[in-house]
Amino acid sequence: MSTFETIAKLIAETKDMDIATIKPEMTFADMGLDSLDVAELVMNMEDELGVTIEISPALKTVADVAALVDEQKK
Amino acid sequence: MMLRLHSSLRKRKECEQMKIMSFGHALPKRTVTNADFTRFLDTSDEWIQTHTGIESRRVITGKETLSGLGAKAAKMALERAGLKASDIDYILCSTTRGEMSFPATSCLIQEKIGATCPCLDVNAGCSGFIYALDVADGLLATGRIKRVMVVCAEQVSRFTDWTDRSTCVLFGDAAGAAICEAGDGLKAVRVTAKGDAKPLHGWPSGGNCPFDDHIPTEQPLYMNGQEIFKFAVTHSCHDIETVMAECGLTAEAVDYFVLHQANRRILDVARTRLKQPAEKFPVNITTHGNTSSACIPVLLSEMVEDGRLQKGQMLVLSAFGAGLTTGAAALQY
Repeated sequence: MSTFETIAKLIAETKDMDIATIKPEMTFADMGLDSLDVAELVMNMEDELGVTIEISPALKTVADVAALVDEQKK
Repeated sequence: MMLRLHSSLRKRKECEQMKIMSFGHALPKRTVTNADFTRFLDTSDEWIQTHTGIESRRVITGKETLSGLGAKAAKMALERAGLKASDIDYILCSTTRGEMSFPATSCLIQEKIGATCPCLDVNAGCSGFIYALDVADGLLATGRIKRVMVVCAEQVSRFTDWTDRSTCVLFGDAAGAAICEAGDGLKAVRVTAKGDAKPLHGWPSGGNCPFDDHIPTEQPLYMNGQEIFKFAVTHSCHDIETVMAECGLTAEAVDYFVLHQANRRILDVARTRLKQPAEKFPVNITTHGNTSSACIPVLLSEMVEDGRLQKGQMLVLSAFGAGLTTGAAALQY
C-alpha cells in the first residue's frame, strides 16, 4: 500500500468518508476537515506509520503529507 | 500557632495518604450563549457547537469577583463536610491569573470565608487542580496540618482576546473547591511540566519603569489549538495509564474518568483511545466551556449534587494546560 493509500484509508476511517472520493491534490479544507481534524489525523498517521509529523501551514493537501512521510521514511 | 507546632510532632506514617472530604462549586450569574458571539464576531452557534461541543458559558460581570466566586465554592464544600472555616489549616488557590496582581487570591478568599490559616496561590494553568492536590498531599504528609482547602478560581474572560473567534468562545469563568484531609483516598498522582510557553501563553502589563526600554505590553491569551490538541491527547492518555498502573487499577475498575474540559473533541478522542464507555466520561463543557483549573472540581461537585458521584467510587482525573503542564490522579472519593 502506498503512503497516499494509507493516509486516504486513515482519513476515510477517521472522518467516515468514502475512500474513493479522496484524491492526492485535495486540500483538507476541500474534504471539510478543520484544524483539529487535521491534528487528529496527524496523530493517527504517527501511530500507524511510525513517523513524527510537525503540523505546519504548508501541509495543505493529502499529497503534501504523503511527501513529508516518504521523506522521513528514507 | 501553638496548636500547629504541637501537631507538627505527629508521625508522618499517620497521615501518609490524603482523601477528599467534599467538593463545592460556584458559577457566575451571567450566561453567554453562542448566539451572543454572533453580535460582534463572524461565527455561528452551529460552528461553535460542532467544533467545540460548547453551547454556553458563564462570565463574571458587574459586582461579582473571582474571590467572591471562590469563597462561594469554598463555603459549599465546608457545608457539605459539616465543617467551619476555622477547621481549615491551609488554603491553596489554583488560578491562572488571580483577581489582583497581589495579594494572592487565596488570601482574598480566606478573608471572605472568615478563615485565619496560611494561604498560597498555585499556578499550573489548567492542570492546577491536580497540582494543588499534590501540594495538599505534601502539606498533609508533614503532619503539621489536618485539613487543606483547595479552591480553583478562574476568570479566563479577563484575559481572553474577545476579538479572536478561535479562542474566546472556548472559555468560561467558575470556581471549584475540595477539602482534603489525611485518609485513604489518593492512590496515585502524577504531575509533569515541559517548559514551553509558545503554544499557550499570555503577557501581563510590564509596568512603567523609566529605566527599562523593553517593557512588554499586556497581551491576551494566545493558543495554538493544533499543538495543544496533540499534546493533550497524547499526554492525557499516557498519564491516565501511568497512574492506573501505579496503583494496579484497571480501566474497568474506574467509575469515572474526569478529564479537563478543554474541547469535546479532545474528550472523545481520549475516550476512544482508552476504550471505555461514554458514561464514564462526565462532561460540563456544554454549559460551562473550558473553565481552566476549575473544570474538574466543578464537575465533581456537580456530580455530587446530582447523585452521580457517591462515596467510595473510584476516580481517575487528568488535566493539561499552560506550561506546558499535565496532571493525573487516581483517587477513591
